Amino acid sequence: MTALAHTRYMTATHLRQLWRQPWWIAVSLVQPVIWLLLFGALFQSVADLPGFGSDDYIVFLAPGIVIMTAFFSAGWTGMGLLEDLDRGVTDRLLTSPISRPALMAGRVAQQTITMIIQSLIMVGIALLAGASFANGVLGVAGLIAIAALISAAFASLSLAFALVARKEETLIATLTFLQLPLSFISSTLMRPELMPGWMESLANFNPVEWAVEAGRAAALGEGGFDIVVTRAGLLAGFAAVGAWLALKALEKYQRSL
Amino acid sequence: MTTSAIEAEGLVKEYPGEVRALDGLSFAVEEGTVFGLLGPNGAGKSTAVRILTTLARADEGSARVAGHDVRAEPARVRSAIGVVAQRGGPDRDATARENLRLSGRLHGLRGAALERRIDELLDRFGLTEAADRIVRTFSGGMERRLDIGLALVHRPRVLFLDEPTTGLDPEVRADMWQEIERLGRDEGITVLLTTHYLEEADRLAADLAIVDRGRVVASGSSDALKRELRGDAVQVELESELNGARAGLDRVGGLREVTIDGRTLRARADDGARAVPAVLAALDSNGVGVASVTVARPSLDDVYLRYAGRTFGEADAGQAPSGAGRAATASHDQMEDNR
Repeated sequence: MTALAHTRYMTATHLRQLWRQPWWIAVSLVQPVIWLLLFGALFQSVADLPGFGSDDYIVFLAPGIVIMTAFFSAGWTGMGLLEDLDRGVTDRLLTSPISRPALMAGRVAQQTITMIIQSLIMVGIALLAGASFANGVLGVAGLIAIAALISAAFASLSLAFALVARKEETLIATLTFLQLPLSFISSTLMRPELMPGWMESLANFNPVEWAVEAGRAAALGEGGFDIVVTRAGLLAGFAAVGAWLALKALEKYQRSL
Repeated sequence: MTTSAIEAEGLVKEYPGEVRALDGLSFAVEEGTVFGLLGPNGAGKSTAVRILTTLARADEGSARVAGHDVRAEPARVRSAIGVVAQRGGPDRDATARENLRLSGRLHGLRGAALERRIDELLDRFGLTEAADRIVRTFSGGMERRLDIGLALVHRPRVLFLDEPTTGLDPEVRADMWQEIERLGRDEGITVLLTTHYLEEADRLAADLAIVDRGRVVASGSSDALKRELRGDAVQVELESELNGARAGLDRVGGLREVTIDGRTLRARADDGARAVPAVLAALDSNGVGVASVTVARPSLDDVYLRYAGRTFGEADAGQAPSGAGRAATASHDQMEDNR
């Protein structure tokens, strides 16, 4: 109970911090919208490739961009923690009776709530840009739930990494290094059937691909419901590992003091 | 038997690749008193606070705070203490009131009682006007006052103040001193204060422990520590060098530890004022003129020199040659042994 209440307090605190930085909200919305419109326009003729299947690239792209945004922005969760570590805020909280998991969960929850709002706005813009979601409102809800899972997983990993690396530069470099390859080795932008064989096999081990497959299956009905269930299971496991690592990293941080 | 609010017993802490931060640190703080841990930068004070506040773990030794073992019952310790770390700690993107509210909630306070307590603290620390301003806009002194308020929301039994006035302007420091005096006097809570300002320890702490290289080298009340030096410091500036002619000085009653360094003569006397005429007479009979005479009560500086074997300024500047005094270390303050 205490852990839940503390998570709520910390989530509210972090959400408020975010609201007080309006430029950040703007930036974090503009970027995915640019991707959606830019990639949508750039790769329009991809849909004409033999074997692509869909007629309209933006319909195919929209769920992928929702997932990509969720996973990209979750990666930055550790930055706020690094700032708090640097300012002594985390140390002060650690000497209070705060529940340890809440210290991590508050940030993951804030990130995920923000991402859900972001996704809803993106879905709206995608609809305006000509996308459609065959499975309707429920399908979109499924897509966003999958996005929330991958967001929670990568937010936890980002916190764990931040606690171990303890340097903003290291986190930034690692994210820059990982984000695009993880997106490209998935069907975010391209049908797996049209990917080189080695990439397609690699993609099977990529959590981003699990999320994209599940999200697309939920929103567009491609691949069937069992894809949603199995991939969601994999993602939940991945998120659990991430949460466990974040808690271990917090313990490790405290042992280093 | 008086109860101890804090007991530290043989604390040892080593960081990889560094010297021992703590090397068998022991001390006890009586309930309801202000206790000072005095030592230069890097002496291990902050490390000791980190261990006593359950943030860090000692490699060896044990400690009890408010009756609870810091290792076995960290949760109980955390409920009983308030901590003002050296490097601040308010959430700078929140208002003063929001900071206080979060702190109170984490300690299990709720509703009207919490809001009353928040108003009380805002008023007490002169932050009522600024209550709903973002902390980022606060001055250094305001932020530090809020920091203390945050540590007091839940009425802790033991308050830790790690270098509470480091980095503050002299005026703000004086205000802070009054605030800390008031804490000890009015609230009856036990305060552990670390400082590398001698005058701060002298003024605020009833008892103190002098820490050097991770050990307590002397402890007691600041008066008792000074008394142990037995006597006043007598310093005479001469008009010419004495050339070793100490004739007569050794016969001055009560004068001890006479040292001559160029034109400066230093000695100790049980009663400085009474010794001065005899010293002057002895010098006069040697034909040495006197430019000035000072008699000083022993200071904590002298105490430190005696127990740590080096002057405080030297130790504080990382054993740099003397001359790099306390003023020069102000810039090191922020970097003190934070890890």
